[in-house]
Amino acid sequence: MLTEIRIAGFGGQGVILSAHVLGRAAAIGQGGYATMTQNYGPEARGGAASAALVVSDEPILYPYLTEPDILVVMSQEAYSRFTPELKEGGVLIVERDLVHMDSKALGRRVYSIPATRIAEELGKKMVLNVVMVGFLCAITKAVDREACREAVSDSVPSRFKELNLNAFDRGYDYGIELLKTNPEPTRQGSVSHVELESANW
Amino acid sequence: MSTTVDFPIHNPVEDILRMDRIPTIWCPGCGIGTSVNSFAYALLSTGIELKKVAIVSGIGCSGRVSGYTKMDSFHVTHGRAIPFATGLKLANPELTVVVYSGDGDLTSIGGNHLIHAARRNMDLLVVCVNNMIYAMTGGQAAATTPGAAISTTTPYGSFEPELNIAHLVDAAGASFVARWTVFHVKMLEKTMKEALSKKGFRFIEVLSPCPTLYGRRNNLADGLAAMKDYKERSKIRNGAPTHETALVQGGEIVVGKFVDRERPDYLTLMRQQLGANYHPLPPQPDENPEAGVAKEDCCSC
Amino acid sequence: MTHANPNSVLTGTHFMNGDAACCEGLLAAGARFAAGYPITPSTEVVERFAARTPKTGGLFIQMEDELAASIAIQGMVWAGEKSFTVTSGPGFSLMMEHIGYAAMTETPCVFVDVQRGGPSTGLPTLPAQGDMMQARFGSHGDYLTIALVPDSPQECFDLAVESMNLAERFRIPVMFMMDECVGHMTEKVVIPPAEQIPVYPRRRTTKKPGEYLPFAPGEDLVPEMAHAGEGHGLFVTGLTHDDRGYPLMNPAQQHKLVNRLFDKILRAADDLVMVEEEGMEDAEAVVICYGITSRVARRGIQLAREKGHKVGLMRLKCVWPFPEKLVHGLAGRMKAIVVPELNLGQVVLEVERCAAGQCRVIRLPHAGGTVHKPADIVAAIERGMA
Ligand code: SF4
Repeated sequence: MLTEIRIAGFGGQGVILSAHVLGRAAAIGQGGYATMTQNYGPEARGGAASAALVVSDEPILYPYLTEPDILVVMSQEAYSRFTPELKEGGVLIVERDLVHMDSKALGRRVYSIPATRIAEELGKKMVLNVVMVGFLCAITKAVDREACREAVSDSVPSRFKELNLNAFDRGYDYGIELLKTNPEPTRQGSVSHVELESANW
Repeated sequence: MSTTVDFPIHNPVEDILRMDRIPTIWCPGCGIGTSVNSFAYALLSTGIELKKVAIVSGIGCSGRVSGYTKMDSFHVTHGRAIPFATGLKLANPELTVVVYSGDGDLTSIGGNHLIHAARRNMDLLVVCVNNMIYAMTGGQAAATTPGAAISTTTPYGSFEPELNIAHLVDAAGASFVARWTVFHVKMLEKTMKEALSKKGFRFIEVLSPCPTLYGRRNNLADGLAAMKDYKERSKIRNGAPTHETALVQGGEIVVGKFVDRERPDYLTLMRQQLGANYHPLPPQPDENPEAGVAKEDCCSC
Repeated sequence: MTHANPNSVLTGTHFMNGDAACCEGLLAAGARFAAGYPITPSTEVVERFAARTPKTGGLFIQMEDELAASIAIQGMVWAGEKSFTVTSGPGFSLMMEHIGYAAMTETPCVFVDVQRGGPSTGLPTLPAQGDMMQARFGSHGDYLTIALVPDSPQECFDLAVESMNLAERFRIPVMFMMDECVGHMTEKVVIPPAEQIPVYPRRRTTKKPGEYLPFAPGEDLVPEMAHAGEGHGLFVTGLTHDDRGYPLMNPAQQHKLVNRLFDKILRAADDLVMVEEEGMEDAEAVVICYGITSRVARRGIQLAREKGHKVGLMRLKCVWPFPEKLVHGLAGRMKAIVVPELNLGQVVLEVERCAAGQCRVIRLPHAGGTVHKPADIVAAIERGMA
């Protein structure tokens, strides 16, 4: 099976590292395949950051995304820019406090997490990306949990290992809880903005 | 009874020159050979092991110097003697690396390299033979051609202001800057010897007549006339501020040692900066091969 | 052949981009020194090299421009080191004169070109394969070289090692033709233990000063090498020269020297056929491709086969010298050859020449900026089969 994932946010959030962790988990931990590409150039300077990841159990030929199955957004700009290309019925994972959704999210399965708040509780806002990775892992099962944890600990300096693993677990657990309460959060048809923003998804 | 006497005629510069390539391509009255003679005596007098000396030249009449020296010599592309020499020196710091080339090669097409080698204080001696003309290609104007001089590309007289090379390399940070003419053979030899025993970027400009292509068109038709001209116009001013040493047509030729300062050279700076991170030789197999690599290669982030 | 020095080999399984893998490959192959000038999308190679080398006993110097970088590396080589430079389109153009110098002076070195869209500044952050003919013919005068083209980060490692080995074996500049997509793409890269990485050592002479003729060809037409500081009194020049290295500028010597520079590679041309074939057993048509384009081609072939077309794939890992005999033979057996490339028709000219009218050759050009769509490949295959 081939899964296309885009992760996007703004510079400094560790967008690329989160894609790197997932790719590493898929390609090394799980013994599958993963191809990560990045946006470079002026549009990747300053504000925006985005990474694209294809994971598969077979060799990956076409390197870019065609129609992403999963989109992770950590900024409003990223949400606005990338949501339209997310597949109908695809999984949209949002940082709850940083993104306000609108009708673009319709027809997608939306899962949100206050990852920044969780990261702050852990003492370092910086680990919000790893919280998101844990959350994605629980929600989508696109990558194996243990492989992901291993990739996290292999990808960060040893003095931050524990912190990052905690962040991963918090995100993961949050995802598992959410699935229990709200397993199929797809919204169809027209929904008012008020409803969208107040909904717990 | 007759006695045969063996006269051991050995010119000491034969140890420096490829005698199998002499005579040179240089014209009668040309100053390049004179400068090479001074260089040969200077080099011999330093006692530096010749095997460890490398000469690098670019393209041009002066660029042919490397072809006549017996040491390891490299005749590279036009303008690029300095960066080639830089690579040679960095990869084998034991070598004494001398760049010997002309004004067009070093200051026009290779001007950028000159600036940056001086800035880095790369451990090189650069001898720049300045004949104020592109000679090899037939006498075109150079960056050093003084105002109003006639060349094949300035048939009505040059009108571009000329470059003061000494001032340029001084400003860029050379640790040693001197200028002589080929009339001053002994001083030149002495300065070359001094420069050879120093470290850092050392620059010696040697004014040298090109009777064939510059002199003929500018009232200095033979080598002798040029020598007389050098003698009359030159003024020794050691330590002269380099902005006062511009060479203008018919004006004073300021010669001497202008700059001699202590400044750490490139490799010294590198070792200082890298400290314990620097291993001059491959680390031994029992050392940690991953040292120096950030934990895993998230250098892609 | 010896093998790699364990101290410069990062043995293990990594998730690494192509630029980083290329750097690791060159390090494993023995490069300790390099010079470069920053240019997107190639800079990551030397950034990594700069971080790695002090610990492996070498040095990276950032020169003032590509002209300087491409000749500084040759100084490093003549001082006894293995060296390379890395650039992209505009910088590659600036380096051309020194590719010729390396060919003429038989200076082994590697030029890495991470291709981006051109001409001129073009598309600095997006891929193309528009420098393929430049890699072959870019410097003035007549010379031959070798160009390897990787299609994944893993191959950026493997073929970087191979590039350096071939440079040493033939004493030539080898072109390592990556592209932005492969360079910036991150995938699994397995770096084997040092003892499993064959390294071609410098072909140093054992002759004493006086006996040694620096440019006298050996049996395989490649001369043995000596370095500055070893007492040989070398003379190295870009002028036409004799076996001593002395300028000898006449038609006879020109003929002798230039032909030898060609022949030392041509004689080994069969060795240099590096292709990967897939589905050729029953193929009636073949897609000939190289680099990143071959991944898309492979996907296109899968789709075409699902539609019942018998198509094979021949991927060139070594584009120069071009596998003439192989392509000529293939053309005799195929209905059509499809050549997708991220340029408006470069390597396809070689395919057409070698096919010599025996079969249809379908050009599938693309100006670059991204890769072909697999559907484009399918459509071209169908045109060829029709
Ligand atoms: S042309 Fe001028 S510089 Fe060249 S050799 Fe003759 S005199 Fe010397």
